[in-house]
Amino acid sequence: MKRIMVVAVVLTFALSLASATRAQQTPGQAASAAFRVCADPNNLPYSNDKLEGFENKIAALFAKDLGTTATYTWWPDRRGFIRNTLRANQCDVVIGVPNGYDQVRWTTPYYRSSYAFVFVKEGKFRVRSWDDERLRHARIGVIAATPPADALIKKGLMGNVAAYRLTIDYTTEYPGKIVDDVAAGKIDLAIVWGPVAGYFAKKAAVPVEVVAVPPLEGVPVPFTYAISMGVRKRDKDRQEQLEALLRKHETQIRTILVEYGVPLVEGPLVRKPDEEKRGVVGERYQ
Amino acid sequence: MRATVWVAGFLVLVLVVAAYGSQELLQLQTDDKQWVMPGKDYSQTRFSTLSQINPRNVKNLRPAWTFSTGTLRGHEGAPLVVGDTMYVHTSFPNNVYALDLKGPDVGRIKWAYLPKQDPSVQAVACCDNVNRGLSFADGKVFLSQLDGHLVALDAKTGKEAWKVQNADPKVGATMTSAPHIYKDKVIVGVSGGEFGVRGHVTAYNVKDGQQVWRAYSMGPDEDLLLADDFNQANPHFGQRKQGTETWQGDQWKTGGGTTWGWYAFDPQLNLFYYGTGNPSTWNPSQRPGDNKWSMTIFARDVDTGKAKWGYQMTPWDAWDYDGVNEMILADLKIGGKPVKALVHFDRNGFGYTLDRTNGSLLVAEKFDPAVNWATGVDKKTGRPIEVAAMRTEAGKNSQGVCPAALGSKDQQPASFSPRTSLFYVPTNHVCMDYEPFEVKYTAGQPYVGATLRMFPGPGGHMGAVIAWDAATGKIVWSNKERFSAWSGTLVTATDLVFYGTLEGYMKALDAKTGKELWRFKTPSGIIGNPITYIGPDGKQYVAILSGVGGWAGIGLAAGLEGDSEGLGAVGAYKKLAEYTTLGGVLTVFSLP
Repeated sequence: MKRIMVVAVVLTFALSLASATRAQQTPGQAASAAFRVCADPNNLPYSNDKLEGFENKIAALFAKDLGTTATYTWWPDRRGFIRNTLRANQCDVVIGVPNGYDQVRWTTPYYRSSYAFVFVKEGKFRVRSWDDERLRHARIGVIAATPPADALIKKGLMGNVAAYRLTIDYTTEYPGKIVDDVAAGKIDLAIVWGPVAGYFAKKAAVPVEVVAVPPLEGVPVPFTYAISMGVRKRDKDRQEQLEALLRKHETQIRTILVEYGVPLVEGPLVRKPDEEKRGVVGERYQ
Repeated sequence: MRATVWVAGFLVLVLVVAAYGSQELLQLQTDDKQWVMPGKDYSQTRFSTLSQINPRNVKNLRPAWTFSTGTLRGHEGAPLVVGDTMYVHTSFPNNVYALDLKGPDVGRIKWAYLPKQDPSVQAVACCDNVNRGLSFADGKVFLSQLDGHLVALDAKTGKEAWKVQNADPKVGATMTSAPHIYKDKVIVGVSGGEFGVRGHVTAYNVKDGQQVWRAYSMGPDEDLLLADDFNQANPHFGQRKQGTETWQGDQWKTGGGTTWGWYAFDPQLNLFYYGTGNPSTWNPSQRPGDNKWSMTIFARDVDTGKAKWGYQMTPWDAWDYDGVNEMILADLKIGGKPVKALVHFDRNGFGYTLDRTNGSLLVAEKFDPAVNWATGVDKKTGRPIEVAAMRTEAGKNSQGVCPAALGSKDQQPASFSPRTSLFYVPTNHVCMDYEPFEVKYTAGQPYVGATLRMFPGPGGHMGAVIAWDAATGKIVWSNKERFSAWSGTLVTATDLVFYGTLEGYMKALDAKTGKELWRFKTPSGIIGNPITYIGPDGKQYVAILSGVGGWAGIGLAAGLEGDSEGLGAVGAYKKLAEYTTLGGVLTVFSLP
């Protein structure tokens, strides 16, 4: 970890020298020239330290446009991630955050996905609706705290749930386990966030289908979310720089997302307005 | 005269070390020249009979010596003093120093234990990589490391005597609280409720680290270790099968209820007392039910771990009011009758007085009048009388909920003086808007969490140190603080109350009136607990760790950025940065 950080710092410095000599730059680029990314070292399909995730690809695309390369600060994406990376000024950009994520200043979203039913294509649990009777007899995998749990409580199905942890052992586990368990028949069905579902379904041992879940009356929690990039709250210049890059590379980004199997939900992508609220945002204390 | 007392004390020490085991600590804790366990004694009173420093001369108190801990993050807890050695802990990586209290080089490092912990465990720790200190028994010093290891060190050399893994940080379980030693057992808890850890307390043999028993906070009765007569005196608190039936499906498996507070022990009853934290997951609408036994005061047999009684304070928590705060045992007179009481100041803002023999609820009153999530506690059922508008739930913004999630009081422990029969309680006076519909993102998965927006309570101050009468549930006096009072308190037989502030002031108050008698600005904000002892030179000392952090350092400093500046609270919190910055320092005071 330490070595990676040192390399990243040295690299950043070298690149900022190199890019200082370049004239052509995307509009809005007032901030430092290095493209410094905060990312999880082991969280495919988003990112890993081998640069195999779709967020790595998008970062590389932007960095190239800026005449530099992406440098990384690695930290597991869980509570403390933003605090220890972006806010600690270790890096400048988080490639994926929900539109309106109040830990950061968010950009206009660049894709929207949905929670999805995941099941074996030729299996008995090809569920597409919350009213499907088969849900009553299915062992249903859900990641704790995610929105499908609200729906399953509403439907009185919590007794059928196999709960997966939201924060896993980042050294030995991987977020796609829930999808692989569907393929292996350990659970009958999973309800998983689209990018995770799509990516691991593509790699599954048997054909697995991913179907966006419909809304459920009486459950106000949304199942679809638009995803933006995030910068520090005061970093308006960098936000504008990213907005320009997002517009410029819209097609390439889409190609990358499709390549990684991210199920996209169509519709206009509109930035949530900034909000002024009283008080200090608290973190839970232990 | 002083020398004689010291020699006598030394002899006692020698004798009890020879007769180690259950008798050792029983005796050591009665010797007020030393400070041999985190809470001063098994009852966790933090009361000392030392009397050299008194209300008349306290104004002359000044630093005698200081020691830099060498680490920057928050310093909770307090050092130990055993014989002529002081044992000091630090925040991550949880170094331990044994300091010589004998001259001429007072504070000389006898040994240092510098554990090698994987830095990545810091990513798991919730808030600030704090550690709440050490325990001593059987010639060993015990340390809970953030990475989940419980370590026993030879008190003379600092060498590891044994080491066991109690919690797995890779799944979010860490250790931040001090180990507690009762009889021949080390009892430790676990942190990490927000990661879906199922909380537990575990007993290990002091001798060799063998695990003796483990009791979970929720789950089947056999995991909970319930005694046959569990809650016999109060069946309405719940008895069998509650650890699963008050949850949906198998949610109890990731149910939270962690155990990172300050415990107390009654050797006559052979029961120890502790609290469990909030239920997991965050979103209360995803876990309908009482979620037992989160938010619970448990009484367990030290030898078997079996629970004699359990009282849940905040059923179906929707505010994050962890029930882990310190348990203090005191013999009180209530309605003219002597009572073996347990007193607990909960995050939820109620000061509870229970009969510690059977768990019966005697008093439950607000110790901050601002508390508004409940109007009171129904003595018959033991349940809070909630204010519906203040219960957070899906789709509802709950505005102006008091207290904020950090509670009317957090872990910083209160003290009890048998002279005044009053409790001296460091409190928070902070309220919140709770917006459960804020979108969160963990491990690349969007979900609905809660955003807590915190601001000062009515009056604009953020804390107070109060004197509390636990027999009647009334505030006797209240000394307001600009910021939350995030340090423990110490009370002496000369009716002095010591505590530290987030700005870094060490203060002494008159225990009878709350009047401030002395203050000194230490190098950093104080979130540690003051102690007092007699040095080998016969002088009384008062010691405190400063080193701002914990919630104060993270929740405030980190939460500040760009967020609604100028809207009252932020301005107020921002001021903290004008007073202090990070850095662990021990300051030891004495009279000239």
